[in-house]
Amino acid sequence: MRFPRLAARSLALASTLLLGACGVDSPESATAGGTAPAITRQLLNVSYDPTRELYQDFNRVFAAHWQAETGERVEVTQSHGGSGSQARAVIDGLDADVVTLALAYDIDSIAERTGKVASDWESALPDNSAPYTSTIVFLVRKGNPKAITDWPDLVKPGVEVITPNPKSSGGARWNYLAAWGFALQQPGGSAETARRFVQQLYGNVSVLDTGARGSTTTFVQRGIGDVLISWENEAFLAVEELGPETLEIIVPSQSILAEPPVAVVAGNAERKGNAAVARAYLEYLYSAEGQRIVARHYYRPRHPELADPADVARLPALRLFTMRELFGSWRDAQATHFDDGGIFDQIYELR
Amino acid sequence: MSAAPGKARRGTRFEQSAATREPAWIKWSILAASLGFFLLFVLLPLIAVFVEALRRGLAPYLAAIIEPDALAALRLTLTIAAIAVPLNLVFGIAAAWLIAKFDFRGKQLLTTLIDLPFSVSPVIVGLMYVLIFGANGWFGQWLLAHDLKVIFALPGIVIATVFVTFPFVARELIPLMQAQGREEEEAAVVLGANGWQVFWHVTLPNIKWGVIYGVVLANARAMGEFGAVSVVSGKLRGQTTTLPLQVEILYNEYNFAAAFAVASLLALLALVTLALKSWVEHRSRRADTGGSLSLEAAAAVAAANRATRTSAEKPAS
Repeated sequence: MRFPRLAARSLALASTLLLGACGVDSPESATAGGTAPAITRQLLNVSYDPTRELYQDFNRVFAAHWQAETGERVEVTQSHGGSGSQARAVIDGLDADVVTLALAYDIDSIAERTGKVASDWESALPDNSAPYTSTIVFLVRKGNPKAITDWPDLVKPGVEVITPNPKSSGGARWNYLAAWGFALQQPGGSAETARRFVQQLYGNVSVLDTGARGSTTTFVQRGIGDVLISWENEAFLAVEELGPETLEIIVPSQSILAEPPVAVVAGNAERKGNAAVARAYLEYLYSAEGQRIVARHYYRPRHPELADPADVARLPALRLFTMRELFGSWRDAQATHFDDGGIFDQIYELR
Repeated sequence: MSAAPGKARRGTRFEQSAATREPAWIKWSILAASLGFFLLFVLLPLIAVFVEALRRGLAPYLAAIIEPDALAALRLTLTIAAIAVPLNLVFGIAAAWLIAKFDFRGKQLLTTLIDLPFSVSPVIVGLMYVLIFGANGWFGQWLLAHDLKVIFALPGIVIATVFVTFPFVARELIPLMQAQGREEEEAAVVLGANGWQVFWHVTLPNIKWGVIYGVVLANARAMGEFGAVSVVSGKLRGQTTTLPLQVEILYNEYNFAAAFAVASLLALLALVTLALKSWVEHRSRRADTGGSLSLEAAAAVAAANRATRTSAEKPAS
């Protein structure tokens, strides 16, 4: 009887594969002894879209620094996506040691729903736990055919605006708040005029992607729209990657100071024995080397004096207002503007 | 132009009757439209992938493919297919056999359930498993307590892929097995074959090509699945990114040449799958014209049974 043996064998194979697939995969469990000379730590950094290039560089430098300091090897794995959906993934169990997201609200959500991040995380590191900042600028086609110079130009009829969806994208929320803040600070500005301005602005939006990188690709690759409202670093990167002969950056008269925060996900890092290296990883962002890398990737370093002056000189000076000045806390801004039924929903329904 | 006199004389031939034929201009315009559509929307994009991939020459193309993250993605994709497809093969054959060869209550319900993965959006499939196995899901705490990772790790991706590709083998086999009826199996049973023998010598040879065809389709889908996998993957670079996810990552990093290089790898895998599929179709057509093999198989079973019975009786006697 040929078959039963074969069947048994293939069944055994299938079950081996199945068991193999469900196998426990925890590199740290082997290092419980702690004294092994050449251990390799696996650190997971869950981040948002535009930081890909930044952390690619930073991880390499940090690994060398950590090995020189402690003798331990560290391999940092990256995960990138929309800030909101990345926070969601961490809440759903993605095993992040550190999160480096687009806005504080997303880290607040993780802290609130899982308790894996200390609720006072924002004061755990200097400068509200934001080692670098950025702002919101405009990207237009070469020659600026629609003559866009400042925020009011975006609401003119016939100007097609590209920005991601604030419901899903962190960058898009900064865009929205920058526009709101600008209108609010005009002579005679009020919540009412700001709302009208933002409503007109979103009336001109032709494509609402889910993430910042998606919007950039829509604008740059597919050639849709007249102006992209974008992270400053993202705009510089697009120009660098895709050619200054096709794109131009326009800096508005004023904009928002965007503070993308970082935090240790203590609940995960401690379980994996990574608490020390995770904290050192984030602290190293504030070091001279960290600040240099940050500036090289068009983020605004918190300590410009530590970075390469040539890199810092590329970043234009403009008046920057902060989130806290105009909107209080992210929790308030989220509830007023972006939660279901909030002002963004009301505006977008009227389109 | 010879059709008119031909029609008058040989009007009996169905194909030459003017009543069953369209005028040439209709025929050609329909042909041209569908061929043009095929060229524009199927062939051209496929060619574009390879053109874009090779735009900067062969060396960057190869460099993009042997890049560690791309290789890890390739390895992961093949691993997933190697786990998901055999599982579906077993489930699919078992389900099709049950549905086509036996009568029982709830058969209709089972048939409908098998089709479920076709009708559920892949993204929902991913979210479904996050709800069950995620940290806040039904089994989340238990899994965490036992240090088992399902979501954002290989098992989650495999489960999502198995779900999405589940109907392919079964759907391929059920109509085939129903059309073949049960007579041959019944004959085999009457001749004394046991269950395994009926399956191995009668059923399986009959459905062999259907099985292979289903496996090929399931494999194609397993390697190309994006939606469900992207939800449960966690997008850990070099660890849980499959080829389709890697393509998206590279594209989003302005690394267009590499994105298309990896995409071309995926397209090549798909083309190999397609070639396999048409080879299977070719072989199965030849097998069909070869006459009924299964009656011979039934006879072989009977002969084998007689042999085993006599050998079993020998020590007794």
